Amino acid sequence: MRKPVSVIAAGFALILSACGTSGSTGTSPQASTPITIGVSVSLSGDFSGDGKALVQGYDLWAKDVNAKGGLLGHPVTMKYVDDASSTSQVVTNYQNLITQDKVALVFGPFSSLLTIPASVVTDRYNYAFPEPAGGGPKVFEKGLHSIFFVQPAAVEDNLVSYTKWLLSLPSGQRPKTAAYATQDDPFTQPQVDKAKGLLEAGGVTTASYKVYPAETTDFSPLALQVVHANADVVILGTQEPDAVAFVKAFQQQHYNPKSLIETTGPDQGKDFADKVGAANTEGIMVPAGWTPAAKAYGNDTFVNEFVAKYGGAPGDISADAAEAYSVGQVVDQASKKANSIDNKALITALHSGTYNTVQGPMSFDSVGRPQGGVGVYIEQWQGGSAVFVYPTTVATKKPEYPKPNWP
Amino acid sequence: MSLVLEAAILGILTGGVYALMASGLTLIFGVMRIINVGHGALVILGAYLSFALFRSLHIDPFLTLVITMPAMFALGVVLQVVLIRPLKTDREALSVLVTYAMALGIEGVLGYVFTANYVELRGWYETASFAIFGFHITYVYVFGFLLCLAILGALFLVLYRTAFGGAVRATMLNRTAAQLIGVDVDRVSALAFGIGVATAAAGGVVFGITNAFNPGSHYDLISRLLTIIVLGGLGSLRGAILAALLMLVIEDITAVVISPVWASFAFFVILVGVLIVRPQGLYGVRVRERI
Repeated sequence: MRKPVSVIAAGFALILSACGTSGSTGTSPQASTPITIGVSVSLSGDFSGDGKALVQGYDLWAKDVNAKGGLLGHPVTMKYVDDASSTSQVVTNYQNLITQDKVALVFGPFSSLLTIPASVVTDRYNYAFPEPAGGGPKVFEKGLHSIFFVQPAAVEDNLVSYTKWLLSLPSGQRPKTAAYATQDDPFTQPQVDKAKGLLEAGGVTTASYKVYPAETTDFSPLALQVVHANADVVILGTQEPDAVAFVKAFQQQHYNPKSLIETTGPDQGKDFADKVGAANTEGIMVPAGWTPAAKAYGNDTFVNEFVAKYGGAPGDISADAAEAYSVGQVVDQASKKANSIDNKALITALHSGTYNTVQGPMSFDSVGRPQGGVGVYIEQWQGGSAVFVYPTTVATKKPEYPKPNWP
Repeated sequence: MSLVLEAAILGILTGGVYALMASGLTLIFGVMRIINVGHGALVILGAYLSFALFRSLHIDPFLTLVITMPAMFALGVVLQVVLIRPLKTDREALSVLVTYAMALGIEGVLGYVFTANYVELRGWYETASFAIFGFHITYVYVFGFLLCLAILGALFLVLYRTAFGGAVRATMLNRTAAQLIGVDVDRVSALAFGIGVATAAAGGVVFGITNAFNPGSHYDLISRLLTIIVLGGLGSLRGAILAALLMLVIEDITAVVISPVWASFAFFVILVGVLIVRPQGLYGVRVRERI
């Protein structure tokens, strides 16, 4: 009998396209007993670059804490499992880490997209879930008490500083129109939507607003629309691949907005500069909560140790690594405060008090939203490296405005 | 120039790249009646080979094809002999499993060697452009499209102007009858697989200059390539080219006129519509077999 080849092929196409998307509490062991901390990280797929940076940050913290005698006396071993940036795999991973590997503690994965399903599993087993990169509003909508987002501000506020800066410009320079494009991702879209609302309220007209699927690989038509809108400023809700693609497309079309900000991508240091070309980075902005030059708690040590362990320059360090390191710092301080590494005790401890990190001090509300009040700053590429330009309290240079034309 | 027209031009230019990638896939199906779900991984492998040469020897990505296409051709022949030829029964279904395993193997090796980080091929032509009625067309898309035309033209010449091409077409029409008239179908199959894989290398270069890629990029790619060859008609080169252009033009126009969210959906609506009217695809041949 003849095989229905078209059906097999079409079926496989559908399955593969789907691939592309995406109890008991750990008891406190005796002091000096080695413990394992489990993390699901994206070592492949869309978030693989960020996943690798998380591993670097976590490993560095584990090395530091072990050098000081361990986490409350327990030598720490990190166990990583790859989730391939998949929302289903991340669930399986945490389930296995907790029930099969019986890890003492769990730390968070990369992105709100993966943190949301993972947090449900870890909460079910009453594990504390400090996490470095899941700060979208939907992360907190579940109302879980076991999750703690270790960044200075909730993600939706990431572009607030940027809008404040734009609206503070003298009326002659203030932009009149803005174009927006964002992934339909719980990390990027809330930031862009909030910025759009604030700018519209400030009198900046929306020339274009587009949301695109996170699985998009061809960004040319999207960029074309932004170019056609010919707005004064462009605000993009991106991860690194689309951040690079938009920059290239704008260059191709000789489109020079007065200001361009991307939610992720330009914060990836040398990696971003290599991909778009160092000369093309000039004037591009990104919201950032951490910089190698910040005078926050333990930041100098972190930066020096990072460069010693992984090489490169301080400017090459991904903010993801600093965020992961901060998770360890918070847990270290919470365990001392609770005098326990029992998950229940840690959850209770983390809901009160202030914790110092390389990103600055922070505390957490009842659903794990950060209450640092530090805010997120604006970084801008100037002369080949990203520097803080706003607010003036942390700025090392003045913002370049308008952004220079493409070379 | 209007946005729709610009999107259509962009769709045609990028469609050429997909046509090149899909041509190898449909050729392999036509000759061997196997579904090579590892074709996307071979495209990405080709892109990485060019990336390695570009990074270590600073060879222009397009020029790397002089090395990568023959290398990929040889790899294709070996893969066919080792993995595909032993499949004597139930080839269509088993080939899916075997080539999927091959794809995972390639992804694993690439991940080990190059890590999972996204990389891109770079050249002066990636951002340089020229203007037509105010619309800037980037050189890389034009060069990519010309490369596609050249390779597809060469493929047509081989298929329709050489004795080997005659043997390939005979095998595509009826494998058993071709054997009866003296065609060495094993040899034809191995060479056709090699040619298909070599075109994947060429497609990989253009894909790698216009898109950031990592070892896992093949999943999205193969799903698109399979839908292209299903729409074009399995085994039809002309169909693959037309379907690739249609897919990208429809997606790009939908993205700018309605929303990027509906871009792929719009293409699938048309795919289903065509398959209802012509189940064999645009250029497919309806085959009746006694059961």
